[in-house]
Amino acid sequence: MIQKECPTLAAAVADVPDGATIMVGGFGTAGLPNELVGALLAQGASGLTVVNNNAGNGESGLAALIAARRVRKVICSFPRQADSHHFDRLYRQGGIELELVPQGNLAERIRAAGAGIGGFFTPTGYGTELARGKETREIDGRKYVLESPIHADYAFIKAERGDRWGNLTYRMTARNFGPVMAMAAKTTVATVHEMVELGELDPEAVVTPGLYVQRVVRIDRVATGGGGFAGAAAPAPATARSAA
Amino acid sequence: MSGRRWSRDDMARRVGADLADGAVVNLGIGLPTLVANHLPAGREIVLHSENGVIGMGPAPAAGAEDYDLINAGKQPVTLLPGAAFFHHADSFAMMRGGHLDVCVLGAFQVSAGGDLANWHTGAPDAIPAVGGAMDLAIGAKKTWVMMEQVTKSGEHRIVERCTYPLTGVGCVSRIYTDLAVIDVMPAGLVVREIVDGLGLDELQRLTGAPLHPKESSS
Repeated sequence: MIQKECPTLAAAVADVPDGATIMVGGFGTAGLPNELVGALLAQGASGLTVVNNNAGNGESGLAALIAARRVRKVICSFPRQADSHHFDRLYRQGGIELELVPQGNLAERIRAAGAGIGGFFTPTGYGTELARGKETREIDGRKYVLESPIHADYAFIKAERGDRWGNLTYRMTARNFGPVMAMAAKTTVATVHEMVELGELDPEAVVTPGLYVQRVVRIDRVATGGGGFAGAAAPAPATARSAA
Repeated sequence: MSGRRWSRDDMARRVGADLADGAVVNLGIGLPTLVANHLPAGREIVLHSENGVIGMGPAPAAGAEDYDLINAGKQPVTLLPGAAFFHHADSFAMMRGGHLDVCVLGAFQVSAGGDLANWHTGAPDAIPAVGGAMDLAIGAKKTWVMMEQVTKSGEHRIVERCTYPLTGVGCVSRIYTDLAVIDVMPAGLVVREIVDGLGLDELQRLTGAPLHPKESSS
């Protein structure tokens, strides 16, 4: 019998070793798996390479992991934000490495890893400093840059509903990087707000088929920062409470 | 200067007027976002956001924000009937694959050849951040830029060659400024429209590359 449901956040991240590469889903506050990142902070792994669109916001989640000096390198498209002060400080001190990747190349490099593609030619970034040193090619009159896949040991993603096979659905724009990160990691850990019986998810509506997912943890819903659910507070780290 | 300069809303209205019925459009962060408030009545214009949504409606009423439903600027949005969600790789495939009709972007500089610089000033102490700028610049069928004609300190933004780091090469086809609408053509920059009361020679002084008048017959 297949049973991917994992009882606790701590158990879901217990085997992450030092030096692991971890993909962390989310764009803005939507889909940030801060509960899993919080559990990883408590677990203690260090020397990590983190793949995320950003480099942490405020004090919780990835920002807290960076502040605790657990992250050696960030691969992202947009590290600089109004509240990315922990990353900013370490970066200026030379205390953290940054690989800056255009957002679409980031998504496609992750997808390529999951799809078994060894590299691909993309027009994005051609002629810019982010393509410096990379192989280029003209194909049918258009100029392209060779980009490589990004593989990971773990992916942490936030989904909406799941079952014991690991099938997942998402909620609105919280989907963002989840489906491609789930493909690209050796071990994908998803949180869901609702675990359902096998067969309850409409097969036509499953977004991430279970074979991409190794562990599913149910967590309580906390409104994504800024509100939207009854009783939600004003903009705040969405999930600090359950991550703590 | 007032009266001889389009306001930010005027610029947004001017861009909106050029969006055709049925157009699929991505509005970049900053000034281009204003275009959403000035879409011409009677046209169905479909707004795409690279974080994975198409068919966005107006901003939600106060208190109805849901931060799982945001645009690329991380602002809460709403959906129109017909909207759809998709993951990031699909979203950028829509863009890179040429499925969007128009992308409207802000800029620091645009060159006479349509090179775009909008992601980084190159300042040595700046933390570089690119986001989707490079994908947006080269993806849509047409890339339009919205920016002021000159910087606050009066420097040209339309230049022979960009001095800021490039976002994309030869990708811009039209520039909307507070003074003019300028097409980037193979033969150079062609002034399509100019604010009332401003002469072409005055506009030329505020532009760092040669301008050509629109052919009166075209």
